[in-house]
Amino acid sequence: MKANCWMGKKKLEVREVPDPQILNSRDAIIRVTSTAICGSDLHIYNGFIPTMEKGDILGHEFMGEVVETGSAVKNLKVGDRVVVPFPTACGACNMCQRDLFSLCENSNTNAWIAEKLMGHSPAGLFGYSHMLGGYAGGQAEYARVPFADVGPLKVPEGLSDEQVLFLSDILPTGYMGAEMCNIQPGDVIAVWGCGPVGQFAIASAKLLGAERVIAIDRFPYRLRMAAERAGATDTINYQQESVLERLKELTGGRGPDACIDAVGMEAHGHSAIYAYDRLKQAMMLETDRPIALREAIMACRTGGTLSVIGVYGGFIDKFPMGALMNKSITLRTGQTHVHRYLRPLLDRIERGEIDPSFVITHRLRLEEAPSAFEMFLNKEDGCEKVVLSA
Amino acid sequence: MVTTAIERDMWMGRRWDDRTSSVAESPPGGRSAVERVARGLGWFSIGLGVAEATMPSRMARMIGIEDNDAHRRILLTTGLREIATGVAILAGTRTAGAVWARVGGDMLDLAFLRQARGSSERERGRAAAATAAVLGVTALDAITGQQLSRERGPGVRGIKVNETITIAKPPAQVYEFWRDFRNLPRFMDHLESVEVIDDTRSRWRARAPAGGSVAWDAEIVDDRPHERISWRSVEDADVQNAGSVSFRPAPGGRGTEIHVDFRYDPPAGKLGAAVATLFGEEPGHSVKSDLRRLKQVLETGDVVRSDASIHSGMHSAQPSGNAKSRGATR
Repeated sequence: MKANCWMGKKKLEVREVPDPQILNSRDAIIRVTSTAICGSDLHIYNGFIPTMEKGDILGHEFMGEVVETGSAVKNLKVGDRVVVPFPTACGACNMCQRDLFSLCENSNTNAWIAEKLMGHSPAGLFGYSHMLGGYAGGQAEYARVPFADVGPLKVPEGLSDEQVLFLSDILPTGYMGAEMCNIQPGDVIAVWGCGPVGQFAIASAKLLGAERVIAIDRFPYRLRMAAERAGATDTINYQQESVLERLKELTGGRGPDACIDAVGMEAHGHSAIYAYDRLKQAMMLETDRPIALREAIMACRTGGTLSVIGVYGGFIDKFPMGALMNKSITLRTGQTHVHRYLRPLLDRIERGEIDPSFVITHRLRLEEAPSAFEMFLNKEDGCEKVVLSA
Repeated sequence: MVTTAIERDMWMGRRWDDRTSSVAESPPGGRSAVERVARGLGWFSIGLGVAEATMPSRMARMIGIEDNDAHRRILLTTGLREIATGVAILAGTRTAGAVWARVGGDMLDLAFLRQARGSSERERGRAAAATAAVLGVTALDAITGQQLSRERGPGVRGIKVNETITIAKPPAQVYEFWRDFRNLPRFMDHLESVEVIDDTRSRWRARAPAGGSVAWDAEIVDDRPHERISWRSVEDADVQNAGSVSFRPAPGGRGTEIHVDFRYDPPAGKLGAAVATLFGEEPGHSVKSDLRRLKQVLETGDVVRSDASIHSGMHSAQPSGNAKSRGATR
């Protein structure tokens, strides 16, 4: 089968590789009908994620048709159409039992590596380095899905791939970001990052009752999408004005009640601190750039919430811990516990409350994945979200 | 690095408002008197090394050897060696070994002093004093090294392993699974088989890396159902080992905490090397991996596999296989 393989920093090749097979009796094999490129895939592309091997298949947002099931899979049959959550989760450990699926204690086959870096291991992920399990990803014609009796969601008739594909990752991620803000009536929410996750965080914040949702980015086309399609009430282009001042203005000096970081480790800035972060990275003294994070902490009102759904991998420098502590800010974060959002969000899609396909700007073939990554990275051609099919 | 006097005193464990006290509180975890002497030697090494490396001329004259190019070079190298040894001692992981390294260095110093001492009476006098000083330090190093080795416990080669994991199943179930030793190879990677001989005895066979296997007999010395199993290898075992596994209820309904606690002596000779690689540099790592697999078997039904993990050694995260092609999707 063909698969998009990581061959080195900024080197991807769509290669012919063996087809997947059943390895555990709870597996299913999916013929992938649609898959997408995620912003966090770019961290792998740019060489920021350690423990990658040449030949690793990328991709963790995918859906398709069941073509084979292991002997212990009773809930799925050949022919079923399913969306697959990006974390692999067993459903039986203490974490899964508490609905903390991205913290599954069993699914990371290389838990020892993550434990060295982080103290304890999170769940294994599809297509996201050996530290997180060494699972082949879904940017391919077929994919092997472990714990198929726990993860995959059956898709009802009448919904297209484009309407449900993002249940695999970015829609629940944006939603969890908004949910962690514990939105109360009258709340003002600020969202850093208008990539697809940011768009869904904005839309979710509206769904959850926010009074105002402020979108922050530097690309006018993304800010436009946030205002016109996601429901942002205000937009801020940080290259044209001061974010902190504008946020104060929009909140009568209080600051937003909650701030969502939908940017993560490869944040971009334009001040001295950005140059500082890039220099430290080049000297290997810092692995992640917390630019959006710092700004969000400064902007947030006292007693507010910082909701971090942007991906971080390693260590940051110059973190305003004093501000966080003295302003009594609650920090909530984590990889998305996709499994617990699948049904509620599918319901909302079926009821017409949200159509996630609005973020799709490019529909390409799997073979075009390498050039699509470049386009997505450089935000060329008004690129917001790329969907691939084989 | 510490800068102010207050910070320095806090660093050294004294209360900051009690700098006049001559008793230094030991840092958390406590250090024995011997370890404190060893640390003193470490600092001494660094100080001496810095002096030798930065002021070789002055050092040469002080210890009564001729101040020439060759001697200065030797002093520089010696200084660097001293610094390295000092750092090794203070880094703390193989303190005993580093102190013994000092002894080796002392021997070299003595030899150098004898060979390089100058001819004038003044120089001989100084060299004699330096030699006496080195001999004194050598004695201190040797005694300290010996005490440290002894403090580490019986059998310097005995390897102690302590690992724990929580499994979301009741202690009775986990105990029963472990107590049937034939289950163990399902999650203990290096084990080939366990044959139960009678109520207390069993024969264990483990894979050796170069092919073939190592085997030993073990007997249960204490068996508390649902709580604890203690065992010990029988005389003449290829790998002497003894230990216990306990099953405790985890708090708040989380299931069972398993605590594995054992010690083994890697045998000498060709078997020693085989066993060393068997258990790896970090035997704790191997045991922890076994416990993770046990957790997977009990909680999910089977050892969890990924496309990369089914291979030993590095393999890319892609299927490898001889599955027949499923056909192109277009």
